[in-house]
Amino acid sequence: MPSLKDLKNRIESVKNTRKITKAMQMVAAAKLRRAQDSAEASRPYTERFNSVLSALASANAAGSGGPQLLVGTGKDQTHLLVVMTAERGLCGGFNSNIAKLAKSHALKLLEQGKTIKILTVGKKGRDVVKRDLGEHFIHHIDLSEIKSIRYTDAQAISKSILERFTAGEFDIATLFYSKFVNVVTQIPTAQQVIPARFDEDEGTKTEIVSYEYEPTEEEILADLLPRGVGTQIFAALLENGASEQGARMSAMDNATRNAGDMIDKLTIQYNRSRQAVITNELIEIISGAEAL
Amino acid sequence: MQVDVVSPEKLLFSSEAISVEIPGADGDMTAMANHAPLITTLRPGVLRVVQEKDTSEYVVTGGFAELGQGVSVLAEKAVLRADFDKKMFDELVAVAEESLEAAKANMTGDAVDMAAKFLSDFNILGESLGFK
Repeated sequence: MPSLKDLKNRIESVKNTRKITKAMQMVAAAKLRRAQDSAEASRPYTERFNSVLSALASANAAGSGGPQLLVGTGKDQTHLLVVMTAERGLCGGFNSNIAKLAKSHALKLLEQGKTIKILTVGKKGRDVVKRDLGEHFIHHIDLSEIKSIRYTDAQAISKSILERFTAGEFDIATLFYSKFVNVVTQIPTAQQVIPARFDEDEGTKTEIVSYEYEPTEEEILADLLPRGVGTQIFAALLENGASEQGARMSAMDNATRNAGDMIDKLTIQYNRSRQAVITNELIEIISGAEAL
Repeated sequence: MQVDVVSPEKLLFSSEAISVEIPGADGDMTAMANHAPLITTLRPGVLRVVQEKDTSEYVVTGGFAELGQGVSVLAEKAVLRADFDKKMFDELVAVAEESLEAAKANMTGDAVDMAAKFLSDFNILGESLGFK
């Protein structure tokens, strides 16, 4: 049975924890709005870019001699897994869900006898990957200094990936990130970026117009495909940013509620023991008086 | 006609306009309503959107433009000309110079020419904006 003083301290410390989680929740809510706004703002570019690129690609895919970024290297032996997570924890299952998906994907590939290489973006994913799949880890890109994600950050990541691709270090690249649905739902997603893949329904949506190309179709495609990788990474980073804040917000909301429940329970226990002490004292006094 | 100028970070311009002057990779072009469908890549230069009352100018560094019913310009980096200063210009030139050096060191032929053209496009842009 804890003493009254212990209980009082305990309640005080839970109250402090609740203050912190409440503050974190509010910060996450504010950041989430900003993250959603920037994800929203990038959408027109991404949508149009993809529609033009998929139109170009489908026109070009008929001939087999297309650029490697589109048709692939002709092998699927070496896979690059780009695991994108947050720089910070305390956001519920966000980081571990992405890491779990990447890990199961990696194990499946290893079972099929493929070689895998892992590049991580975000510290939390790196920690998991280093622990579980350490021998496949090749590079980490640090974003901890960056407050709000800009397109140039995505470009830097895509450059590092493209350099490895040109050097023939891998055949297929897949991004792992979390799609933002709403505050309580974020879906960990795997998306193949090299060779480029386009959703079928998106391709049919674009009306078939015979464009003229300046310079040639091939040159434009060769110019756009590397940019497409950057665009996809940028979109993934923004989705991830929104998902992280959403996950943190709901995790902190839960934590605040749990702390409140705990305070209630502890307060009841505190009052009970206080009453017990008083009753005991009264019994002592009365029995003392009766003995006289 | 409808003109949209978008960069990855935001929608910069979306409105009716009379014509758009585009710094295309193979030369400047002016697009007006009902232009034949065309896709062109951009070189570093100034994009000018002419409206009935005013004209807006953007410095773009790359990307592409799609001409059809309207014009959509998808610029990798687009800044209002008034906001584009010497510091930004110098940074971009430094990047272009670096990539030229890298191309010279690692690649041959077309890649080097492309990087050299990219740099010289910047130099011309700098002259026209008065940064040189």
